[in-house]
Amino acid sequence: MLVQPDPTFYPSAREAMRAPRELLAYVALLDAGGDGRPDALATVDLDPGSPAYGTVVNVHDLPVAGDELHHFGWNVCSAALCPYAPHPHVERRYLIVPGLRSSRIYVFDTKPDPLRPVLVKTIEPETILDRTGYSRPHTVHCGTDAIYVSALGNAEGDAPGGVFMLDHDTFEPLGRWEVDRGPQRLHYDFWWHLGHDTMITSEWGTPNMIEAGPDLELLLGRQYGHRLHVWDLRKRVHLQEIDLGDQYQMALELRPAHDPTRTHGFVNTVISVEDLSANIFTWWLDGGTWRAEKVITIPAEPADPAVLPEPLKQFGAVPPLVSDIALTLDDRILLVSAWGTGELLAFDVSDPRNPKQTGSARLGGIAARAAHPKAPGRPLNGGPQMVEASRDGRRAYFTNSLYRSWDEVFYPDGISSWLVKVDIAEDGSIALDPDFFVDFSADGRRAHQVRLQGGDASSDSYCFP
Amino acid sequence: MDAVSVLVLAGLGAFHGLNPAMGWLFAVALGLQERSRAAVLRALPPIVLGHAGSVLVTLALVTAARLAAPPRAVAYGAAALVCGFGVWRLVRRRHPRWVGMRVTRWELAGWSFLMSSAHGAGLMLLPVTLGGGGTAVLTLTAGAVAAAAVHTLAMLAVLAGVAVLVYERLGVAVLRRAWINLDVVWAVALIGAGAALALTA
Repeated sequence: MLVQPDPTFYPSAREAMRAPRELLAYVALLDAGGDGRPDALATVDLDPGSPAYGTVVNVHDLPVAGDELHHFGWNVCSAALCPYAPHPHVERRYLIVPGLRSSRIYVFDTKPDPLRPVLVKTIEPETILDRTGYSRPHTVHCGTDAIYVSALGNAEGDAPGGVFMLDHDTFEPLGRWEVDRGPQRLHYDFWWHLGHDTMITSEWGTPNMIEAGPDLELLLGRQYGHRLHVWDLRKRVHLQEIDLGDQYQMALELRPAHDPTRTHGFVNTVISVEDLSANIFTWWLDGGTWRAEKVITIPAEPADPAVLPEPLKQFGAVPPLVSDIALTLDDRILLVSAWGTGELLAFDVSDPRNPKQTGSARLGGIAARAAHPKAPGRPLNGGPQMVEASRDGRRAYFTNSLYRSWDEVFYPDGISSWLVKVDIAEDGSIALDPDFFVDFSADGRRAHQVRLQGGDASSDSYCFP
Repeated sequence: MDAVSVLVLAGLGAFHGLNPAMGWLFAVALGLQERSRAAVLRALPPIVLGHAGSVLVTLALVTAARLAAPPRAVAYGAAALVCGFGVWRLVRRRHPRWVGMRVTRWELAGWSFLMSSAHGAGLMLLPVTLGGGGTAVLTLTAGAVAAAAVHTLAMLAVLAGVAVLVYERLGVAVLRRAWINLDVVWAVALIGAGAALALTA
């Protein structure tokens, strides 16, 4: 218990932008070898004044193999300052780390030694299934009253996927979140507009649709997710479904405006079955109805079939495969990861329905294999994937692994993993930091989500504008 | 009611008014959400009503007990209640969780009633109100209503002052330093007040 509120809590995103610079990053590492080696949680030094800057300073192996770490999040965050359920003196110190494959959830304590988080609790898959009916936990968000976790499916790996809650003091699963899910079946990400008591959820596919790798038949049959769902956050009921169009397959990451008075946000769709493009949609509340429209199209890039993996040879083109997006805390710059073409794009989204591209950085890519300035002669594979912006909106960090069985299809030579950084200029242009290249090739495991110490652009939500 | 009682009742009202979790922060949030000072002011009456309701319910129950039972029994009962609540607050530090940012006036009043009750706002007044003499229905009722009124007016004044000051001048960032955790102090104060009540009975 603290005497003053946790210093990493800010009433508004505007205030959070003045937070001190991040000094550490926590990175999920997943094993792709499949020979019994566990996944791990790594710590990377981000303090420019430290001799260890830009290196891995700790790797904590999990006790068992096969978890497939993916996304993770904090026990509490700035939402603890929300006026209707305040608990400002709880500390941000625990990382809630789900295993997407195993359905196990780990709780790490970062307080005793921030460099070396210690494992303090494990929630077994059976407990989660028993209490919630869900499996394959994915996104973690600290809410105003509990920790919310999304899950891709049920015990059998089928629909419905949904959201469940963990108590933010004991970390015990509290049960399924939805009271009435309406037509919602598929699930992926969720986030909310706290000022409007509204939750938005997105759709990827059930565990059975994704765990063996992308299924071309399902894809061409337009069976992967392509809808958004709007929910009443208080009553936990489904309000509205927004179909983005079934050609836009896999609606993934949700980035609602951080300003709670605004109602717009952004979602990426991974691939269009019509032209292999990736697309970004914006949603907003129009009178009493939520709407969405396509605001960014990133086209496929022609490439020599000889350098393409099997499923892409027939097209002679590389799909951008946009897999993650990040929105800076001022709701101004949207970063877009094109994992296929190996490009991180930046857009000024001050006018959410008219984004303007402001920057681009190339690294890796299915065909391009673009090198990093720190290792100029070395072709890189994988591409910009999980991207996380710093609270001040001046830096973004990204890694290059998507999802084990999908990595193998698009990068069959096996992903050699890295974490890099771009600097974001005032005008929204981005440039790779030529000195920052964290190479995980010696470890051999693949870096996935990055969480910045104290919070980042996708860790906190705010009740004040 | 003597001057000391009035001061204590008003002081506790001011203390509740000052506590961000008791309502002014909610009023400021609603004002910022609508970008309107009128929205801040509109939120104040329901919040104060809910708080007054919580205090009145507590005092009414104790007044009823005083009419039905001998004074010493009531005093010991109230002492046990206040002490027990303090201990419960020490052991279980859970925060109420109800409503969201889109609230009707009635929901806001209900929320305030819950927050005040969970805080034990009315219980803290018992040592003061039980001090008053008399056993007649009218005397006791008048005493309870007067106590609640003094307490609530003080709360309203501070609540309104802080809400407008934070909305107009300070900004909510002031919370980051000024939101002092008084949970333990409050719990200990409840236990102390209960003990004092038992000793003076």
